[in-house]
Amino acid sequence: MALLPARAPLRRTLGLLPAVAIILAFMVVPVAIMAVFSFLVPRSFGGVEWTFSTDAYVQILFERMLDDSLRFSPGYLMIVLRSFGLALLATVSCLLVGFPVAWFMARRPPGERNLWVLLITIPFWTNQLVRTFAWIIILGRNGVIEAPFRWAGILDQGATLGLMYSNLAITVGLTYTFIPLMVLPIYASLEKLDFSLVEAAADLYSSRLATFRRVVIPLARPGIIAGCLLVFIPSLGAFIQPDLLGGGKKLMLGTLVQFQFTTARNWPFGAAIAMVLLALVMVVLILHARAARPHPAPGGGQ
Amino acid sequence: MRTTAILATATALACAAGLARADGKLNIYNWTDYTAPDLIAKFEAATGIDVTLDTYDTNETLLAKMQAGARGYDIIVPSHNFIPIFIPGGLVQAVDVATMPNFANVDERWRFPAWDPEQKYSAPFHWGTSSVAYRRDLLGHELTSLRDFFEPAEELRGRIMGFETPEEIVNLGHLYLGQAFCNENPEEMQKVQDLLVAQKPYILAYSSEGVNDRLINGDAIIANQWNGNAFRGRITAAEQGKDLAYAYPVEGVIAWADGLLVPTTAENVENARIFMNFVMDPENMALQSDFTGFAGPITGQDAHMSEELRGAPEIEMPADAKMVFSFACNAAAQGLIDRVWTNVLR
Repeated sequence: MALLPARAPLRRTLGLLPAVAIILAFMVVPVAIMAVFSFLVPRSFGGVEWTFSTDAYVQILFERMLDDSLRFSPGYLMIVLRSFGLALLATVSCLLVGFPVAWFMARRPPGERNLWVLLITIPFWTNQLVRTFAWIIILGRNGVIEAPFRWAGILDQGATLGLMYSNLAITVGLTYTFIPLMVLPIYASLEKLDFSLVEAAADLYSSRLATFRRVVIPLARPGIIAGCLLVFIPSLGAFIQPDLLGGGKKLMLGTLVQFQFTTARNWPFGAAIAMVLLALVMVVLILHARAARPHPAPGGGQ
Repeated sequence: MRTTAILATATALACAAGLARADGKLNIYNWTDYTAPDLIAKFEAATGIDVTLDTYDTNETLLAKMQAGARGYDIIVPSHNFIPIFIPGGLVQAVDVATMPNFANVDERWRFPAWDPEQKYSAPFHWGTSSVAYRRDLLGHELTSLRDFFEPAEELRGRIMGFETPEEIVNLGHLYLGQAFCNENPEEMQKVQDLLVAQKPYILAYSSEGVNDRLINGDAIIANQWNGNAFRGRITAAEQGKDLAYAYPVEGVIAWADGLLVPTTAENVENARIFMNFVMDPENMALQSDFTGFAGPITGQDAHMSEELRGAPEIEMPADAKMVFSFACNAAAQGLIDRVWTNVLR
């Protein structure tokens, strides 16, 4: 970064104003509204009563019995665990698919790379809902995948591979939706990677695997971590894919929040779950901040 | 058409009493895609009243707006389960629907309903049911009991679809078990939960969308469905040589009905009454039914409806079919429904 002149602080503060205003208007205020709502009481037919209550949070872990005693109920905890599991699965599968793609792109001649970046982002131009619907046609009974099996007589008329409405379908949907968020950051770090280092490793008789593990991965690490976060966080709150591809048979954090604000008409509880989700994401981000801290290296780090 | 012209004149004459001071405006606040343009055009031509339409898509939206004191609407169209919230809440005014001339056209079944026993407030509008639709050709027999849905035989397992709305599926469970809706009895709620948990492994998906698609392509054999949608599904299926049917199981079907009401804040009350009377005419209600695909409460409207809709088994309920009305649950009962649903889906 270029050194700023001495009088920069004022200019810098002014320059930051738009960003601060946007963060205030689109992040702090909505989150504050949610936080306030999570401490209110739901009205019978939607909306809230302006009475302070922590019930919404208690409800996440405890069930209020008829005699007003509280009993531990793991129902919502299971949903949190499942959401984490599926988000993790989606992240790993995005990484497995995304890294080779990013590698391939980074190894193209510089003039060609922008074309590949463009191709990766094109699916983003289409609505997420439409893209998710497309998978119903691909994975469904008599879908694009099943049809050849049936045609070849491997699959009986009544039988199905059962691809649709499963955790597999959700993972595929999440992977497909969020893959650009994995590819682009990894590509960004691989593009800057000095490939003469890889050659040097080879010259020093490093095996391909060792080169990959000890040279490429450490250098691509910031991109990999950023990509994993960008995929993991939205996957955690996703509700379109579990709903459409999972058949709505298992609640996820995202579907649970949506359900509370619509049919269940329990806004404070929905807000409380959203706050918990936010807190979980914060934990992940703090872990990331720690992991991304530059390693003390001889000669002063990065 | 001659008869149309005569009827239109007759309607205009019937309204003539009110007409002198009626010119002016009528502001209707109705569900999206739920007001037949032909009906409005005819009403405007017959009465000279200028109609403005605004729309909403849930009862909750309508209620919230009225509770917030919204002005400027003369006709609103809440569902039967919300009408008992509007009336005692003082959100609507008495307009003595029972004394209107065309009230004589209302089918016996839809007169003086439980939610407005003296018919002071509401003019009956569309009604419909929800139950299950099924592929008769794949099932191989008529579906007469919800047992096929809740406790499916071997060959049906994995090919059952339920609505995503917990109220709907919990109500259907109550219906099957012979229990009351909006149940606050923990043991009975437990029974519904056990039923749904046992059914879940056999469920293909819980979804309210794409139900006809899944039935027609054979993914599902039995699915929760609204009667109007089942009607459209049957027409599409028949074009592909498939047999889709709407079931009237012995346990009953869940019914809903919408009413026309006049908010307390209405500014054109007399025009609203003219409109209510106008809609209770067979030919006019038929225009509405043709547009929405839902049945109406008026005797003799069938004769004016499109051929497809007339006599459609989904719309014209068999006389011996049992129907049970759902109602809006209080917070405690709603809380139990949500808990059951969460336990089923966890």
